[in-house]
Amino acid sequence: MTSAPDPRSHWWSTDPEVAPCLAEDSAEARRYGGLSQGTLFWSRFRKNRLAVLSMVFLGLLYLVVAFAEIVAPYGTGDRNSREIHMPPQAIHLLGPEGLTTPYVHPTLYHLDKDNLRRVYTPDTERRQPLRFFCLGASYTFWGLFPGRFHLVCPPDGGSFHPLGTDRLGRDVLSRIIHGARVSLTVGLLGITLSMTLGMAIGGVAGYKGGLVDLLIQRVIELFRCLPELPLWMALSAALPVTWSPIAVYFGITLILGLLDWPGLARSIRGKLLSLREEEFVLASRMMGASSGRIIRHHLLPALTSHLIASATLSIPGMILGETALSFIGLGLRPPVTSWGVLLNEAGNLNAVLLHPWLLAPVLPVILTVLTFNFMGDGLRDAADPYMDD
Amino acid sequence: MGAFLLRRVLVMVPTLIAASILIFTIIQLPPGDYLSTLIAEMEARGESIDPNKIAVLREAYGLDSSVVVQYLHWVGGMLVGDFGYSFEYALPVSRVVGDQLWLTAVLSLGTIAFIWVLSFPIALYSATHRHTPLDLFLTFVGFLGLAIPNFLLALVLLFLANRLFDISIGGLMAPEYMDAPWSPGKILSVFEHLWVPVVVIGTSGTAAMIRRLRANLLDELHKPYVSVARAKGLAPGRLLWKYPLRVSLIPFVADVGNLLPQVVSGGAVVSIVLSLPTTGPMLLRALRAQDTYLAGSFLMFLAVLTMVGVLISDIALGLIDPRIRAEERAQS
Repeated sequence: MTSAPDPRSHWWSTDPEVAPCLAEDSAEARRYGGLSQGTLFWSRFRKNRLAVLSMVFLGLLYLVVAFAEIVAPYGTGDRNSREIHMPPQAIHLLGPEGLTTPYVHPTLYHLDKDNLRRVYTPDTERRQPLRFFCLGASYTFWGLFPGRFHLVCPPDGGSFHPLGTDRLGRDVLSRIIHGARVSLTVGLLGITLSMTLGMAIGGVAGYKGGLVDLLIQRVIELFRCLPELPLWMALSAALPVTWSPIAVYFGITLILGLLDWPGLARSIRGKLLSLREEEFVLASRMMGASSGRIIRHHLLPALTSHLIASATLSIPGMILGETALSFIGLGLRPPVTSWGVLLNEAGNLNAVLLHPWLLAPVLPVILTVLTFNFMGDGLRDAADPYMDD
Repeated sequence: MGAFLLRRVLVMVPTLIAASILIFTIIQLPPGDYLSTLIAEMEARGESIDPNKIAVLREAYGLDSSVVVQYLHWVGGMLVGDFGYSFEYALPVSRVVGDQLWLTAVLSLGTIAFIWVLSFPIALYSATHRHTPLDLFLTFVGFLGLAIPNFLLALVLLFLANRLFDISIGGLMAPEYMDAPWSPGKILSVFEHLWVPVVVIGTSGTAAMIRRLRANLLDELHKPYVSVARAKGLAPGRLLWKYPLRVSLIPFVADVGNLLPQVVSGGAVVSIVLSLPTTGPMLLRALRAQDTYLAGSFLMFLAVLTMVGVLISDIALGLIDPRIRAEERAQS
């Protein structure tokens, strides 16, 4: 021991003669000894690369949600009657002379009178370079500030539909980006509600015990024996048709949140009950810690990481709930745009067979659910390092 | 066991009553009732409707009596096997759901069989060959299966089958059998069409079951008693079959009860996508048309199914797991 003396050396001796096991562990003990639960949690989480990657992806996704108007090349309702059901346009990076500004070919349109179909063919002779950081379609950012700035705009006098257009000539990519705002926030709002309820009710049950606990457990059991999806359907069918889109949005969120809390409350109650019996709680009680200190410094941190993990794992269920409800026509309705609404508008099988790009919203739904699951698994493993696999 | 059973069944009674009140409230939530929806629809089409006829219908359906009376009437009827009257079909609910209920049962049982048959060997392999390439691959596929929502899977499969193979995978029987009475040909046709919804609905359940079984088996494999048995020279295969496998089978039994209602309600949206003649599309239609008793009785049926399922799992668990039996003995 030639370096600076360990600041905690008055607590224990690192002399191998005195305490061989401590001396052996001292490198690790020094590394982890004084770290908070939070720091430990993150250092464990960071080791799971897939989970970190998912977190970065979701972070980017929510950034897109925040700045949807700027990221999307078109507005959500911008129609073009000359570009109905236009197939996706390819973006070209390589011209004959090598790497250039990304460009698209303009599309030629003619009506096939024999089959009564619109036919679009790319005009490979002409090239239209895309514009970046540009002024394009006007919008009101979050419904508050008017603006025209976009990350990418269609070329001058041309159009840019990398995922094609729908039956009203609206850009599918832009609608997916705008729809993300509804689809991705439903889960966050719903989980906030469900967490608040679950923590309050589960906390009371786990803390008070006795008759209150018994009563709450019965209520939780009642909720658990009700079939989730049909109940969602029944409740959203009960939302009045006359409600404004915003009211329906909050209504759906409320339904998803109100039916999700029993599971969370149950796991919080169980976790609280088992944590209370842990040896480290007993140890700190024997060292004279007050109950307040035990709750703040030992129970809550141990519970928080567990809570974050189970919340993350419940979000995809809610996103899927909204998507499924809107898809079968019981959830949100146009003019609101969400991924479920987009899939609903894709319409019947025949329409999709003719215009397969209308199925594009399936991809962001699956990616979001998958990354939320990866991230939630990573968080759960970090929260509970003793649970194997 | 007898006393335990009795206590469990008695506990179910208040839960059932609470569930029925909750379901009835939800079903009654939309403003108006079936007749007012009907009148509004007919007026929108410019048809006039005889007020006398409305009054007679109101009287006949008991729509004028108070909500409490309507509720008591509904619950009282269910106790003697009368599930109310479907306004839209103008038939008793039991007649409306008849065939659909059977097809739902066939589909659900088929899905559960699929889940078990597939997940058991895969989980067994994954746990005993941990971290091998095939295990990692299977785990990843399982993750995909868990994350891909089944109604979207149905939608994509429907599309791909049509696009690539030019076949229609929707429906649960060939079109010519749709309204035909039951015959051997119709049954055969149902079985031919069954596998697509079974795979679609069963994927996530299979993935979840593999994960649980694998984790459970891994837990057991690392317990000291396994090391002891191995040290004493028990052959690996015999050891696996005789001890850890039996313990890890508990989730199979525990899920008997949970699986059935999950499969029934989870299949609802899939059935709508694949246009299956099961209870899912029926529920959707009933909810839209405010066909109160049809929707309510079906929801109640699902709730009872869940409760009975949980009861069955509890009993089965008590039968196979001596630890749980011991706990009960200590309690009573």
